[in-house]
Amino acid sequence: MSRPRRTNFRPKNTHILKKSRISKKLQVPKKPRERKNPESQRSLSGAQDPFPGPAPVPVDVVQKFCRIDKSKKLPRCRSKTRNRLKVAETEEEETSVTAARSELLLAEEPGFLEGEDGEDTAKILQADIVEAVDIASAAKHFDLNLRQFGPYRVNYSRTGRHLAFGGRRGHVAALDWVTKKLMCEINVMEAVRDIRFLHSEALLAVAQNRWLYIYDNQGIELHCIRRCDRVTRLEFLPFHFLLATASETGFLTYLDVSVGKIVAALNARAGRLDVMTQNPYNAVIHLGHSNGTVSLWSPAVKEPLVKILCHRGGVRAVAVDSTGTYMATSGLDHQLKIFDLRGTYQPLRARTLPQGAGHLAFSQRGLLAAGMGDVVNIWAGHGKASLPSLEQPYLTHRLSGPVHGLQFCPFEDVLGLGHSGGITSMLVPGSAEPNFDGLESNPYRSRKQRQEWEVKALLEKVPAELICLDPRALAEVDVISLEQKKKERIERLGYDPEAKTPFQPKPKQKGRSSTASLVKRKRKVMDKEHRDKVRQSLEQQQQQQEQQQQQQHKQEKAKPMRARPSALDRFVR
Amino acid sequence: MTASRVAESLLALSQQEELVDLPKNHPLSVSEDEEDSDRERKHQKLLEAISSLDGKNRRKVAERSEAGLKVSEFNVSSEGSGEKLVLADLLEPAKTSSSPSLATVKKQLNRVKSKKTVRLPLHKEEVERILRELAFNKTSQVLSKWDPIVLKNRQANQLVFPLEKEQSAFAPIEHVLSGWTARTLLEQKVFNLLHKNKQPVTDHFLTPMEKASLKAMSLEEAKMHQAELQRARALQSYYEARAQREKKIKSKKYHKIVKKEKAKKALKAFEQLGKVNPTVALEKLEKARIMERMSLKHQNSGKWAKSKVIMAKYDLEAHQAMQEQLSKNKELMQKLQIALESEEEERGPEEVEELLIPGVVNKVQMNADGPNPWMLSSCTQDSREAETHEDLEELPEPVAHEVSESEVDEGPVAEEEILLKEFEEWRSLRRRSELSQDAELVGSQETKESSSQEKLSELRAPSQRFKENHQSWKPKASPTGTVPQAHREEPSLEEEEPLLLQRPKRVQTLEELEELEKEECSQSQEFFRPGLEGQQLERNPNNLSNAPKEKKKKEQMLDLQNLLTTKSPSVRSLAVPTTLKEVDDEEERDQKQMIKEAFAGDDVIKDFLKEKRDTIEASKSKDMDLTLPGWGKWGGMGLKPSAKKRRHFLIKAPGPPRKDKNFPNVIINEKRNIHAAAHQVQVLPYPFTHHSQFERTVQTPIGSTWNTQRAFQKLTTPKVVTKPGHIIKPIKAEDVGYWSSSRSDLSVMQRYPKQLSMSHKKQLKKNSVD
Repeated sequence: MSRPRRTNFRPKNTHILKKSRISKKLQVPKKPRERKNPESQRSLSGAQDPFPGPAPVPVDVVQKFCRIDKSKKLPRCRSKTRNRLKVAETEEEETSVTAARSELLLAEEPGFLEGEDGEDTAKILQADIVEAVDIASAAKHFDLNLRQFGPYRVNYSRTGRHLAFGGRRGHVAALDWVTKKLMCEINVMEAVRDIRFLHSEALLAVAQNRWLYIYDNQGIELHCIRRCDRVTRLEFLPFHFLLATASETGFLTYLDVSVGKIVAALNARAGRLDVMTQNPYNAVIHLGHSNGTVSLWSPAVKEPLVKILCHRGGVRAVAVDSTGTYMATSGLDHQLKIFDLRGTYQPLRARTLPQGAGHLAFSQRGLLAAGMGDVVNIWAGHGKASLPSLEQPYLTHRLSGPVHGLQFCPFEDVLGLGHSGGITSMLVPGSAEPNFDGLESNPYRSRKQRQEWEVKALLEKVPAELICLDPRALAEVDVISLEQKKKERIERLGYDPEAKTPFQPKPKQKGRSSTASLVKRKRKVMDKEHRDKVRQSLEQQQQQQEQQQQQQHKQEKAKPMRARPSALDRFVR
Repeated sequence: MTASRVAESLLALSQQEELVDLPKNHPLSVSEDEEDSDRERKHQKLLEAISSLDGKNRRKVAERSEAGLKVSEFNVSSEGSGEKLVLADLLEPAKTSSSPSLATVKKQLNRVKSKKTVRLPLHKEEVERILRELAFNKTSQVLSKWDPIVLKNRQANQLVFPLEKEQSAFAPIEHVLSGWTARTLLEQKVFNLLHKNKQPVTDHFLTPMEKASLKAMSLEEAKMHQAELQRARALQSYYEARAQREKKIKSKKYHKIVKKEKAKKALKAFEQLGKVNPTVALEKLEKARIMERMSLKHQNSGKWAKSKVIMAKYDLEAHQAMQEQLSKNKELMQKLQIALESEEEERGPEEVEELLIPGVVNKVQMNADGPNPWMLSSCTQDSREAETHEDLEELPEPVAHEVSESEVDEGPVAEEEILLKEFEEWRSLRRRSELSQDAELVGSQETKESSSQEKLSELRAPSQRFKENHQSWKPKASPTGTVPQAHREEPSLEEEEPLLLQRPKRVQTLEELEELEKEECSQSQEFFRPGLEGQQLERNPNNLSNAPKEKKKKEQMLDLQNLLTTKSPSVRSLAVPTTLKEVDDEEERDQKQMIKEAFAGDDVIKDFLKEKRDTIEASKSKDMDLTLPGWGKWGGMGLKPSAKKRRHFLIKAPGPPRKDKNFPNVIINEKRNIHAAAHQVQVLPYPFTHHSQFERTVQTPIGSTWNTQRAFQKLTTPKVVTKPGHIIKPIKAEDVGYWSSSRSDLSVMQRYPKQLSMSHKKQLKKNSVD
């Protein structure tokens, strides 16, 4: 470090700039429950509660937990149904309010790195960060010089406590990286393609030259799975207990590790597979292919769910962020692109990198790391789970060798890098989720707790066939079979029991029930229905017209901007 | 006793006579020597029958020319007399004779006569039916009480059994702590503090008011109170109903009677008043006089009176009515000389004034000696009105005057109202005209009211308006620099516009915001814009229809190329990756790759497009082509049906458009995931009629993974909670706060249905008819 520099960076556990969780402006307009009899509620001493009723909850936090889409209009329903709907809505509101209240328990704040005016955070070296942070955090930055056994692949366990790495030349090791306690270290005497923890740190899957092996945390070989041969990449789906393997032979194989069965072996028909990642939101596997496409797979469907043409050259790396919203891809055409995964699959950001990124990874809070040769760039967005802007890197780091594997550590502001020179653990402030769920993935859990969790997780295992693009679609009614059943029932009965009976005018007295008046009344009802229909169709037409006009408007607005490029464009990087 | 029996038998006889048409022509005893007469009778009958064929005098009264032949000891016949045998005739001798033995018989006879005949009893079936109906009504009434409870229980989130709850006994703390004293040092300290601050420690824990409120109403009392209230309400409703009924009566006679009665009452009241408080009574009379003087009511100048005047010449009654009116007038106008003489003398000059000044002023001066009568007029009016309210029942005729006068008094007020109404109308008219001009307000209520054509125009209006907006926006939006300014102006514009139009506007602003953001964040984005634009073009159906297909495909191609070959600015990163030992090798490889890319790029796109086309083709259900070449044409070689015909006979395959229709770089698999579908709900549960309704109720997860512990527990509470070891008894009225009352009478009815009184039955019948 040549010149003194003042920078503010806060790793995870420091509390300087507190973003208050309870916003001051937006308060839930929920009426504080008015007490019926204030006299009786008064305390013995005569003191009054200065804050009567339940504490207010910020609206935006409550909104986050609301799942019912109230903008969707429902068809007319009878009173009973309406009652049920109302109950469901009130339940949702109550639960979301309680959930919003419990946000208060998320005490930890994410860390951040902030340069002074005009200072580029990318220029801050790891050494500076280490100097500034507390000892415990500083200890999280370390280098392992392992030049002997070639470039390393790294993998953190789900709790973020353990680290496994495998060198190309057979070196496999697992350690508790926080305490630096080695769990096992072996040499498998075979090329190691990939390494991955299974559901807990006790099991380790290693993709070796020929077959897939599973070791325990003592380094004892438990299984050799010969049905998965020449595996290049591994992915573990924690909620389904599935180990997805991509092989040189072009097969994507799902192995259920809880029962040891192969659930599905899908032929991707795209040659060698060596780019794979999972979407943590819906457990869909993304495969990158040499023809520039990325395909999305589920074990239940034999064909790709979606195929996206991303690059002109082959795809080198794919990564999906933790919310399943964005996918980052890099290709042989030296491009780095971020795609929207919410139905459109269109590129949102793109930029050309000098050498192209060979490895990509998203952090829990949406930071994107890219390994390009021996340099690692990290881009950050403007908030949690926001789109990382590819303009200016948030951090850069140079390694002693070209990157071979990288992963953000869950619940720690650390990026693990495997390269030809060994392993580097790099501090990236603000990368990880500061609050962990102690029941789900507890970094500090004991052995007993782990066993307990394992049983629960196995009980809650999600069947493999439920993997689909939109997991919320499972909560929808299967309309096709519903209609099919309805049709069958109508055929069986010979009539439609739910059909609307034609209007039958009620008989009236005093000569008002004459045939003519009956017909008139019938006609009246018919006309009303017809009018309603016409009105509806008119409204639809109007909406369509509006949409069209909006589109036209957009185009008109977009055109002139393109037509007149600014003279300053040439200076843009 | 014997006599009475005789009378009864006689009575029975007479009844028989009346009820049953006795076969006159068949005397009960036919002796042999009467055969001749029988024959004669037959002959006579035949003659009668023949004569009756004539038609004119079918009923010929048989004349009795001689003493009746048919006298039997068993029966009395009145044949030939043409009259029915009446009991009175038979009893004539008994009446006339004044033997003491017959006195009792006479009495009994009288008693029997005074009694009315008993009505025929109803059919057994009818009685049963009525009883059934009654029972049904009663039971349904009794059961309908339970409806709200049943509904409540059905909708309840949780039911707890057994139902009866122990009422938590209120135990004041001093009872609980009666034997407790402060022992430890801390306790003593605390108590000391409490004593110092004069806080209640043990006794007087509750203030008397609190105690009272605690005791205020027991459940029973509350129920009693409620019952009383109910009764009062019922009475009121009865009264109202009666008034309504009476009001509807159209009988003139009835009203006359009512009026007379009222008048009588009023007169009585007035007389009483005269006795009790003569001055007030006199004042009243005076007032009536004044009113009469002011009004023209009895001056025969009304419409009715005029008509009567015309009629009076010919109609005595009309004349009389006219006279009556006049006499009434006179009567009312008469001054009460006797009582007021002394007062009159005192008020000599005032009387002179009375001739000049209108009555109102007079009155004021009489009542209050205020200096300015005009100022007080309004308040006196009020007082007078109050008086009228008092007088309402006491003096009917003045009341009528009063009413009429009060109407006159209210004249100005009514005028004001009319003015207001007119103003309102004028306003609404202006509004309507605005509507027609600007077509701005499209309220949903208005659409309901207005006719369908208007609706159409109104519905179209916003779109037109929207267009206008666009036009107005164009110049603002086109230069990029002015966009923020325009954005700033937005809210004020919004405020002016009606609610309905706000939505589209807001969307615009949002989009603009996004665009602003985009502009700010990266220019590399702008390179994607052409691609996006292309998509929008495709989305637009107008453009689609215009552009030929091939051209569109080319566009798609171009799009893809645009998408993939964006020359985004390369990073001038701080740390450019250094090359190590294998520099040369890698560089060579890179270059090779570059060359490969340059050549292979097009292939990638082409292949992808081809793949997409194939998948679309494979998944598409085929259109049906029903063209028959040569149909309706002269046949021949190489005949091809015209494009128009082909289009006409092509039935397009149904189905929604593909999801990836607008995205050239994406192929989305449209096949259904059968494995996942097996886990989905396939039958709609009961109260739901549409799947979207049901989906909404299952949107929120109930697992503990997504909820807090408390919410989870609340969401998964059991529907029914039972206490182990307790018998669940059926619900009772006391459990829900009903009395056990009206059940008993029903059970009585069911037990003794035959003991119903006749009047009850009648009522029943009436009810059933109603």
